[in-house]
Amino acid sequence: MIQGLLGKKIKMTRWFDSDGKSVPVTLISCGPCYIIDKSEDSLTIGYNEVKEKKLSKPEAGVLKKKNLPPLKYIKKIKWLGKKEDQPEIGSKLYADAFQVGEMIDVQGTSKGKGFAGVVKRWGFRGGPATHGAKFHRAPGSVGASSFPSRTFPGMRMAGRKGGTNTTVQGLKVVELDKKESVIAVMGSVPGPNSGMVFIKRSVKAKKGKK
Amino acid sequence: MIEMIDKQLRKDMQDFKPGDDVRVNMRSGEDKKRIQSFEGLVIGIKGEGLNKTFTVRKYSFGVGVEKVFSLHSPLIDSVEILKRGKVRRAKLYYMRKRYGKAARIKEKREY
Repeated sequence: MIQGLLGKKIKMTRWFDSDGKSVPVTLISCGPCYIIDKSEDSLTIGYNEVKEKKLSKPEAGVLKKKNLPPLKYIKKIKWLGKKEDQPEIGSKLYADAFQVGEMIDVQGTSKGKGFAGVVKRWGFRGGPATHGAKFHRAPGSVGASSFPSRTFPGMRMAGRKGGTNTTVQGLKVVELDKKESVIAVMGSVPGPNSGMVFIKRSVKAKKGKK
Repeated sequence: MIEMIDKQLRKDMQDFKPGDDVRVNMRSGEDKKRIQSFEGLVIGIKGEGLNKTFTVRKYSFGVGVEKVFSLHSPLIDSVEILKRGKVRRAKLYYMRKRYGKAARIKEKREY
C-alpha cells in the first residue's frame, strides 16, 4: 500500500449521497503516477507528462534511461507494507490506490492573497464601522511602552498571505472513478483548479474505523 | 465530462423554463416515500452541472413563499408543468413586487 499519490485539483462541485443529501466535494484527478525508483520502504513516483523540452537535461535523462515519459513532478513516497508487494518500476498507479470511505489528507500550495491586512490574515476582529469609531481594521497595539521598549518577535501583523504549502487533514473519499482515475473528496482542498496536490492517507484517521 | 458526475445528472427532468407554472413533487419523510408537492411559478434557473438549481415562488395565505430546489437532487420525484408562460426575461425577480392582478403572466400557447 502506497502512502499517497500526486494529483491535480479539477474543480469543486456537489455530490448527492445515498440519502439524497447534497455534499460539497472536490474532484481530484490522481495519476497515472509512474514508479521511477524504489527502495526498502519507499517508492519514487512521477506525475504529469510534459514535453521533453520542459525538463532540464539531467531530469529528462534519468527518466529516459528507465524508458519513462518526461514527468514534471517527482516525489519520494513511503511504502506501507511488505517490500515484496511493491509494484515494478515503470508501472502506473491510479486513483484506485484509495478506497471509497477512506480518510485522506491533501497537501497543496494555497492560493496567493497578496499583501493582506491583519483582519484577513490573522482573523482580528477590527472595530465598528460606524458610531463615530476611529478604529476600523487597524492592528492596534503591538506591545507595551518603556518596558520592553521593543516589539516581540512573531507579533501578528499585515503581510503576504497565501501561496504557501498547506495541508488539509481528514477529508473523506466520497466517490472513486477507476476509469478516469478521479476521486471525489468531501470538502475543500488548497490551491487553484488544475493545481498540483499531494494526496496521502490520513495521519489522524482512527484505526479500524472505515 | 467525468463519468461519475454524468451518472448523477437527472436526464429525466422535463424542460421547464422561467415563467412556467410547475408542481414539484419531493420525496420526504424518514423513508423518503411520502410525496410532498410545491406548486408555483418558476422565477429563475441558476447554476451549471450538478449545481443547477431553480426557484419556485407562490403565494400562500397572503404571504409570498420561495423555495429553491436542486435540479439534480434524487429527492425530487417529478416536476409537472402545469402551464407554459410567455416571458422575456431569464430571471423573473420583478414578480416579487407584484401580487394579484399584476402578477399574471401570459400563457404561451403552442399551435
